[in-house]
Amino acid sequence: MDAAISLTVDGEGYRLTVDTRTTLLDALRDRLGNISPKKGCDHGQCGACTVLLDGRRVLACLVLAATVGGAEVTTASGLAEGDTPHPVQRAFLDHDAFQCGYCTPGQVCSAVGMLDEVAAGWPSHATTDLTAEPRLSQAEISERMAGNLCRCAAYVNIVPAIEQAAGEVR
Amino acid sequence: MSDLLRPVAIGRDLVRRDGMDKVTGRARYAYEADVPNASYCRLVQTTVARGRVEAMHTDAARQVDGVRAVITPFTAESLHTDGGELAVLQDQEIAFRGQVIGLVVADTAEAALRAAELVEVTCSTAPHDVALSADRDDLYKPEKVNPSYETDTSDGDVDVAMAAAEVTVEQTYTTAMYHNNPLEPHATTAFWDGEHLTVWDSTQGVHPTRAVLADLFDLDKEHVRVICPYVGGGFGSKGEPHVHVVLAAMAARAVPGRHVKLALTRQQMFSLAGHRTPTIQRMRLAADRIGHLSGIAIDVVEHTAKMKEYAEQTGVPTRMMYAAPNRATTHRLAALDVPAPSWMRAPGECPGMFGPEVAMDELAEALGIDPIELRIRNEPDVDPETGHPFSSRNLVTCLREGAARFGWADRDPRPRAREEDGWYVGTGVASSVYPVNRMAESTATIRFERGAYVVEIGAADLGTGTWTTLAQIAADALGVDVEDVSVRIGDTRYPVASVAGGSSGMTTWGSAVVNAARAFRDKHGSAPADGAEADGSTEDNPATEQYAMYAFGAQFVEAHVHRDTGEIRVPRLLGVFAAGRIINPRTARSQFIGGMTMGLSMALHENSVLDPRHGHVVNHDLAEYHITTCADVTDIEATWLDEHDPHVNPMGTKGIGEIGIVGTAAAVVNAVHHAIGIRVRDLPVTLDKLLPGL
Ligand code: FES
Ligand code: FES
Repeated sequence: MDAAISLTVDGEGYRLTVDTRTTLLDALRDRLGNISPKKGCDHGQCGACTVLLDGRRVLACLVLAATVGGAEVTTASGLAEGDTPHPVQRAFLDHDAFQCGYCTPGQVCSAVGMLDEVAAGWPSHATTDLTAEPRLSQAEISERMAGNLCRCAAYVNIVPAIEQAAGEVR
Repeated sequence: MSDLLRPVAIGRDLVRRDGMDKVTGRARYAYEADVPNASYCRLVQTTVARGRVEAMHTDAARQVDGVRAVITPFTAESLHTDGGELAVLQDQEIAFRGQVIGLVVADTAEAALRAAELVEVTCSTAPHDVALSADRDDLYKPEKVNPSYETDTSDGDVDVAMAAAEVTVEQTYTTAMYHNNPLEPHATTAFWDGEHLTVWDSTQGVHPTRAVLADLFDLDKEHVRVICPYVGGGFGSKGEPHVHVVLAAMAARAVPGRHVKLALTRQQMFSLAGHRTPTIQRMRLAADRIGHLSGIAIDVVEHTAKMKEYAEQTGVPTRMMYAAPNRATTHRLAALDVPAPSWMRAPGECPGMFGPEVAMDELAEALGIDPIELRIRNEPDVDPETGHPFSSRNLVTCLREGAARFGWADRDPRPRAREEDGWYVGTGVASSVYPVNRMAESTATIRFERGAYVVEIGAADLGTGTWTTLAQIAADALGVDVEDVSVRIGDTRYPVASVAGGSSGMTTWGSAVVNAARAFRDKHGSAPADGAEADGSTEDNPATEQYAMYAFGAQFVEAHVHRDTGEIRVPRLLGVFAAGRIINPRTARSQFIGGMTMGLSMALHENSVLDPRHGHVVNHDLAEYHITTCADVTDIEATWLDEHDPHVNPMGTKGIGEIGIVGTAAAVVNAVHHAIGIRVRDLPVTLDKLLPGL
């Protein structure tokens, strides 16, 4: 069964017909040629496919493309303005917060979405005072980024990178 | 060996050249090859661990809209092979659960998946056996252990040393079965143009992959091109081609004119992409009261696949690590109905420094000697195995420097001496080691093009930084600014290069680049004409016959164990390494901490659970095969000594991709023991192993 959808990806509008079984991740990668979100597991277990869907971080492998008609999708590629990196990307470069780079676009989108969640006052498992505004400590960052696996294990560089970027994004 | 290069670009903290492509996701990995009119391949696997495929019915699969081809062992083309892991679809025998017995090619990934599910398979089953134990009566002695070490060694008499010793340790330690799990699943895009095969493959070596494909498909090597600019991690599992490469090529041949994309699923990676064998290590240490070892021995039992032998060299580091007049090592294998084990980060050293380094801690405890001091007292003057001097050996400096940085001096050695907020706090140490490996063959070309230098070599960057570090080496070898050097790697169009394995990349490829630069200057002087070009190759290093060459390190761990729940946290990890000259401190630090974090992961989380009833790894995904996440790490730091080793190669490098994972798990076990007084000898350290002793 097919469904016709229109959506915006990294600022560009697309209309396409998708098999209703197609995930947003496969639609982006295989249909639209947007290779920025990566596929590490296809089961919502690694975070490599993280994109921003109407501003919120989602795992694109767990979203059916047919359900996102009218939505705005931003990938790590779209976060950069051409050759100018987004502050989170700049911070990842500064801190060498990656090696192989396969988890990286997902980490970057996840960090951008996560900083918005903190700004909106969403608590996490690491939040000690649920009545106060969450403060972006190391523990908060590492807890909130725990869904993005990095087998190269750049975590101790990712956390300070996000700390750096947090100052610039807000 | 000639004088070391004068480091100008070498040693500089340069940002990765491929950084922007990676943080934006624009870097193109194997599956993402930009090709027209792609089709998609999906695999059919067995659900039994041993037996025979009797029949396969593919009609329903073929009727799925968009299906272009279905291949089974009854229809597949014949490969040029006499069996083994890559002889896929060549007969009806089933050697392990998850073996590929068919493939489907379709216009869309969805159609391929649906069709693969519709393939009907009839199998006869035979009893299988996947249970490793040291008591099996069919253990055998392999001829060599990976890659070509002696299987057993013996000097003096360890039994006599044990009988005469004032203090002994005799314990058995086990490490689990592990899966490399690079974040990028193994993937290939394949295309045939007549008798020319092109594959975009996620591999640690485009040239070795080409050689294997040329053999299997009986092609002239020049007719096979392998392309791989980026690798989404490999950790050994992309070191040798696995069946997906062959299957992608077979699939592409079935749909002429079309490119076929094949990516393993995460679940398939647990049966088709190699793994590290579980190991059982019986350790014996004999010592006098002041802690001098008179004997050290390790007897290793591990598994291999019936289909293909791979003998992990787990006992090898015990041969050279500490001075002891009586030494023995053995390896025995159980051949099981499992997928072929293979390389995983620091094969040999990684599991093989677990038992010995925990045993040393147990000995230190028995003697009442500080574990750092015990190691220093057993520092050999020369390599105990060969009698050769070390080209450089700075383990003691690593231990001392680490102790100072970590704050070891005021440590109370008694377990449970420190408790903070309901957590017992302990610290532990272990040594690391990794050999300096050099591969036989690699060539680089350097060309002067429009005012700049271009280095071409078919090398790989798995995240290790090769794109950047080879430019640094070339710049210093040519005596030019690093900005004036560009590097081209990851394609068999560039000269032959060895696999990125054994931490050999910089030594091997770097030596080729240096020789190419020297040849270039000899031939073209310092004012070359546009298009001037020269080649250079890596060559044997006669110093390897005279010196034992290793990198060393010391790892320090702080572990917290909760008094009531047994929960384990590791808030602090410090590694100090002596690994020769560091080309790029930024990428080097990432490699060290990456290895250490993977070691932490091995210590606390990783464990592939083989179900003896069905013969497969039951926790075959990332929800159940746990690896360290961001929330598991707090403070991991790596640092290194300024080590000058004139013997290893012209750069003075020793290789750093693997040593970080060596010793970490032992240091964690030792720290947990110090925290709570419970010695866990079987990895991973999970709270169920601590609860009974709380
Ligand atoms: S690919 Fe979506 S979470 Fe792993
Ligand atoms: S950079 Fe390789 S998995 Fe994160």
